[in-house]
Amino acid sequence: MRVDEGAPGMDAAEARRVLELCNACQFCDAYCAVFPALKRRRDVTLADLAFLSNLCHSCRTCYHACQYAPPHGFDVNVPRSLSWVRHRTYQDHVWPRPLAPWFRNDGRFVLGVHLLAVAVCLAFGIVWIPPEVLLGRHVDPGAFYRVVPWGLLAGSAGLAVGWSLLAIGGAILSFWRGMGPLPPGVAWRPALREALRDAATLRNLGGGGAGCNDRDERFSRARRRFHHAMAYGVASCFAATAVATVYDHALGWPAPYPLLSAPVLLGTLGGVGILIGTAGLAWLKRGADPGPVAPELSGADRALLVQLFLVAASGLALLVARETPLMGPLLLVHLGVVLALFATLPYGKFLHAPFRFAALLRAALERHASGR
Amino acid sequence: MVHKAHPPARPVRAFRFDEHIVRRCDVVVVGGGAAALCAAISARRSGASVLMLESAPKALRGGNARHSRNFRIMHDGPTPFIQGRYDADDVRSDLRRVTGGRMDDVVADRLIGESAGIVGWLSENGVRFQDAGDGNLPYSRKTAFFHGGGKALVNALYETAARLGVDIRYDSEVYWLDLGEGLAPSVTVRCLDGEQVLSAGAVVAASGGFQANGDWLRECWGAVADQIVTRGTPHATGTVLKGLLDLGAAPVGDAGCGHMVAVDARSPRFDGGIVTRLDGLAQGVVVDRDGRRFADEGSDIGPTRFSVWGDRVARCAEGLAFSIFDSVIERRFRPSIFPAIRAGSVGELAVALGIAPKALEQTVGAYNAAIRSGGGLPDWRTEGLDPPKSRQAAPIAVPPFGAYPVRAGLTSTQLGVRVDERARVLDRCGIPMDGIFAAGVIMAPNVIGRGYLAGIAMTIGAVFGRIAGREAAAHARR
Repeated sequence: MRVDEGAPGMDAAEARRVLELCNACQFCDAYCAVFPALKRRRDVTLADLAFLSNLCHSCRTCYHACQYAPPHGFDVNVPRSLSWVRHRTYQDHVWPRPLAPWFRNDGRFVLGVHLLAVAVCLAFGIVWIPPEVLLGRHVDPGAFYRVVPWGLLAGSAGLAVGWSLLAIGGAILSFWRGMGPLPPGVAWRPALREALRDAATLRNLGGGGAGCNDRDERFSRARRRFHHAMAYGVASCFAATAVATVYDHALGWPAPYPLLSAPVLLGTLGGVGILIGTAGLAWLKRGADPGPVAPELSGADRALLVQLFLVAASGLALLVARETPLMGPLLLVHLGVVLALFATLPYGKFLHAPFRFAALLRAALERHASGR
Repeated sequence: MVHKAHPPARPVRAFRFDEHIVRRCDVVVVGGGAAALCAAISARRSGASVLMLESAPKALRGGNARHSRNFRIMHDGPTPFIQGRYDADDVRSDLRRVTGGRMDDVVADRLIGESAGIVGWLSENGVRFQDAGDGNLPYSRKTAFFHGGGKALVNALYETAARLGVDIRYDSEVYWLDLGEGLAPSVTVRCLDGEQVLSAGAVVAASGGFQANGDWLRECWGAVADQIVTRGTPHATGTVLKGLLDLGAAPVGDAGCGHMVAVDARSPRFDGGIVTRLDGLAQGVVVDRDGRRFADEGSDIGPTRFSVWGDRVARCAEGLAFSIFDSVIERRFRPSIFPAIRAGSVGELAVALGIAPKALEQTVGAYNAAIRSGGGLPDWRTEGLDPPKSRQAAPIAVPPFGAYPVRAGLTSTQLGVRVDERARVLDRCGIPMDGIFAAGVIMAPNVIGRGYLAGIAMTIGAVFGRIAGREAAAHARR
């Protein structure tokens, strides 16, 4: 693992120092899965750091409960130390490897791609689509394809999604290996069930019952709820797309669909969820105690929130304005944002989702290992 | 940081008529740890206006409670937070065993009786307890663990106190106490914006022992005072304890006693808490500055081993010892948070530790030669060695060899003021001092005049904090 750069003092050695101190204390063992997983180890290796840092949900509860947090001389700050290491694991496992420099912590690459994609789509529209089509009112079935031909729309989106899946899959494989060999005698079935439950409920953002220190030393469940709104919003949008695909190809009903159809309802619900979730998460970040976070890394977090917000906002705008002359330009903007989202997913903060799941699965496998 | 060793012997009466004296509230609570918080909350819930004076800054508030983890609780059957059964007779006999009878039976019985309900009361005041069967905690039928440890408990109690309307002042060190001679008692506090004399209907002293007061420790303990570290708050200067004793409160306990554990000698002077504790002394051998063994390392291998070694190391030359092990033994215990000092041979290790190489080589050689390794590792022992190693006598043979420097770490001192079962401070004639109450380590020696029981100090703080707050409120509003 490459850990030789970053903020001074924020490296693998620092994270190790902090975790070894934690292991001697373990007062936080009921807060989340990190501390019981740490307890199973006598020493903390680089592979352990990759695992534990991605298991950490950065909830800050252990920071506020820490007798050794600054200004104590031991200067223990688990969320901050682990967020640096976690950030390194994203860079280290980018696929393909030569693209690792694309992963940045400030979100400039990600947002740059968005601007570029929207600009290219709009330029395409201006150059290739006759103005009376681009700015015309289309209300009949197949209206979207009149502006952008189906082949181009589906082809470009398919290419972006395919690339995204390939690159994310490569990153997950590399990360899984990076966490080191599994203990002997693991039981996959119960472990998988627990990991899925932990991911679906964000159990580790529960602070063991009372919630987390989202912003300060008071307990709250806001971050967990906003994240649910966002994540289930994304899922709902995927469901909308899947249903629409079935309508179009299996049943021969081309988009756009009526307001009370499954794709529109699912998409609208999802879009609103994403708007609320991303805005809420960004709002929590703004007012939060800066002590336990790594502000240098929050650019990547914000970039993903902005990305998802733009997708949802442009999608909902398209829905609202789909029977007006603005439909054409909005479709191009939405297309650009979606293409950029998928193209950049493997090179941004989105990686936290599959990596977190992999770490949750590993933690569950360790709990269900017989050989220890 | 102010370490005021000796507050003036007598209060200056003229202060009482000084225009700066302000009757601020019904109850002043001196201190900011668990006992003070429980006293403040309890007094406030009894209807009193309460001012709490914590000498630490906000970030380091909470006294030694910040480093704590569990309460020792009497209970007649399992609850979600504690397993098995630990009845009043069990607690009493444990107390009698470790104190050798140095305990006040009436006060102890009040503690034991009220400990049963303290988990519920603390829960009502925001403290969360850890599920005893969550798979993370060791089996415990004697103590209930709170969720997240002492700082989480302290945070929860401060939040509750503030919500109830307790006036909490940080950076406010009380260095003077005036009984008021039949009128209201008062305290003089030094805070960031100067000094102030505050009078109140009643005062609860919950300011701990004097374990952070180097001068006082040296006076009672001699040179060893400079060779130990204090595991808890640097604000435990004992100023209020000393003030009460000077004002005629009856002493209880022993100024020469304190709870100590073996810690890594590289620990910070204060506030090292739980993590500096050294494990593994029973696994290898322990030698002094001269490279000689001085105790049976196998005598205590249970939870008492930490404090046994604290006392032993404090008696060593310069208060310093070394835990010696090899690469095989090292895998059998949890490492220190500080790196081991390592060397390829015993002689080189001695040089790195500043011990004469020949002396350490001779000690290790004689120890290895005396080992009789019959049965399992726990039964391995030495024969013909003085002092012997009666258990776990594994050879120190496989390089690299390693060592940790060891010192004694002081948790708290065991000199206090005498109280009755209502937490009223008693004078030397056994008469309650008007309007003066005490809770926590400052009165803990009434119950535990010597020795140590895990989690008992927290229970004393919570139970007598609750009692003192209630009694002080009643006294102030009578």
